[in-house]
Amino acid sequence: MLYREAGDFKTTYVADNQTFPLKLDRIGFWVTMAVAWLVIPFVVNDYWASSLLVPFLIYAIAAIGLNILTGYCGQVSLGTGGFMAVGAYACYKLMTSFPDVNIMIHIVLAGGITAAVGTAFGLPSLRIKGFYLAVATLAAQFFLVWLFNKVSWFYNYSASGQISAPERLVAGVAVTGPSTPAWAQYLICLFFVTVCALIARNLTRGTIGRSWMAIRDMDIAAEIIGVNPLKAKLTAFAVSSFFVGIAGALFFAVYLGAVEVGEAFGIQKSFLVLFMIIIGGLGSIFGSFAGAAFLVLLPVALKWLGVDVMGWPTDLVAHFQLVIVGALIMFFLIKEPHGLAQLWRLAKEKLRLWPFPY
Amino acid sequence: MSADFLYGIEVIINGLMAGVLYALVALGFVLIYKASGIFNYAQGVMALFSALTLAGIMSGQVPFAHLINAIFGTDIHYFGWNVPVLAAIILTLIVMVIFAWGVQRFVFRHLVGQEPIILFMATIGLAYFLEGVGDLMWGSDIKTLAVGLPQGGSLVVEEWTAGLGGDDFYGFFIDELDMVATVVAIVLVAGLIAFSQYTKQGRAMRAVADDHQAALSVGISLNFIWVLVWSLAGLVALVAGIMWGAKSGVQFSLSLIALKALPVLMLGGFTSIPGAIVGGLIIGVGEKLFEYLIGAPYLGGATENWFAYVLALLFLVFRPQGLFGERIIERV
Repeated sequence: MLYREAGDFKTTYVADNQTFPLKLDRIGFWVTMAVAWLVIPFVVNDYWASSLLVPFLIYAIAAIGLNILTGYCGQVSLGTGGFMAVGAYACYKLMTSFPDVNIMIHIVLAGGITAAVGTAFGLPSLRIKGFYLAVATLAAQFFLVWLFNKVSWFYNYSASGQISAPERLVAGVAVTGPSTPAWAQYLICLFFVTVCALIARNLTRGTIGRSWMAIRDMDIAAEIIGVNPLKAKLTAFAVSSFFVGIAGALFFAVYLGAVEVGEAFGIQKSFLVLFMIIIGGLGSIFGSFAGAAFLVLLPVALKWLGVDVMGWPTDLVAHFQLVIVGALIMFFLIKEPHGLAQLWRLAKEKLRLWPFPY
Repeated sequence: MSADFLYGIEVIINGLMAGVLYALVALGFVLIYKASGIFNYAQGVMALFSALTLAGIMSGQVPFAHLINAIFGTDIHYFGWNVPVLAAIILTLIVMVIFAWGVQRFVFRHLVGQEPIILFMATIGLAYFLEGVGDLMWGSDIKTLAVGLPQGGSLVVEEWTAGLGGDDFYGFFIDELDMVATVVAIVLVAGLIAFSQYTKQGRAMRAVADDHQAALSVGISLNFIWVLVWSLAGLVALVAGIMWGAKSGVQFSLSLIALKALPVLMLGGFTSIPGAIVGGLIIGVGEKLFEYLIGAPYLGGATENWFAYVLALLFLVFRPQGLFGERIIERV
């Protein structure tokens, strides 16, 4: 009744191939965009921006990046934290070396540098597969974190070993540094999320995306039907690292402001982003958003429930959080290995037939 | 012999000892991987959990005391008794067997036939879960594990070898705990090999590792074997937990040694018990030597964090199945 395709006729190829073929989906998309761009910036306050919205948007970018590599191309990576660190430090070096250039350009360039590093670490994937590759990406994680800790050139020889973002303006408004208004933080992240999601969505349904999926489903078979595994795997690593690098740059420059590499981009971060795409759904852009939202919301909700409502000590709630996250991951894998995105798809299928399912 | 050369040898010996401990953790991985195809990321957390449980039982802690106090507003922490080491170890083993049964019953039984990567991710979830449960049960403070293992350098070895070098050489410094660990590891491996070669259950275990369906068709209970394998992995985890716990205290960082076991596995191959041991020794010696010769003088130290991974990575590019792993044959 409410959600159906009957009467939604396509008369051109363009109409048939658009991102959201159903009219209702399109309306939903534009309403979401309108709310995100036109309503939230005016009502957002510091608490909402810093504890929910900004981390959600940044993790969504990182999750899209990892989803391209793991969900679409089937190469499991445990090096996300390390690549985010590359994005953050590249952004920092660019910001301090070329203070006059717009920060937006720096963030994109940081993504590009991360893409180069990611491609280099992706080279072994041509020989190593499966678990061996997952462990090999740990090499990237540990090596990169060590590098940013030890080589003081990366943090401009500061005594604390931390990097902190200087104030930079976009169109006269500070977007980094301590005096950034909440809505500016939110808007710059939203801008990058929108662009990244559009790019990712269109890449994954084009030639490149299909060659990634062919490699994921069976690499030897893909090679036989003419997919170049070298090109497919390395582009997946490059595109994925590009997004992850942008996420890292935003995480450092806009969200945290000052980071210490082992703390902000450690192995835990790699797992967190991996969990997001498992819970959200492997091989789905919507799933990346859903997973990021879920895992950003969960600790906040649990903390509210445990500390504020039940009055339990904070450390107890933190332990419970581990138990619940772990149990949820196992639960999802048992009940729905394709994540929240699959639930969403199923719900849509049901809605299409409602109220007369056959 | 010059003192530098002798110090180099000391580094190698200490590397071998560290390698034994890596191999202990890696062994637990191999056991489960061979029998069920599950790459068990939670092995390190199992070591942490078993060490926590052992320390908790020995000091007579009330499990979940923190939680009970928070819910009922009571203030209990200890039963007020101390359990002797041996009894505590047996109790811990029982806990690990119950854990093995629970894992099999509630998680992996429902995941039979899933892709390996899904199973792997489930074990990451399991690791988080177990870590949280361990903290809830016994609290997250650092515990010391006093099971009567010797600590500090061995004076005997030091005096005995002091005469080898010149005046500026004072003998090898070798941790007594490492020596004990080596002996225990050798006994454990010998025991495991004997178990899998000469007992009925051990043979059934190998049959399952070879071919699930064939094993099923000759009447071997897969469920039982998997519980057995997880229990054995729990035993190995307990031994590793005791050794590492006695060395550096029982705390969260203990679970990170599991990550150190990963390059060991890559080097040795996921399916080979000798591979786990040889891989552990190579990694142990390699990272200590690299730190001694190149890392500390030229690269600013702390290269131990990543050297093992990079070594394994480079190695795999030339031999993708590891040193002793089964040859990877792919069919379309």
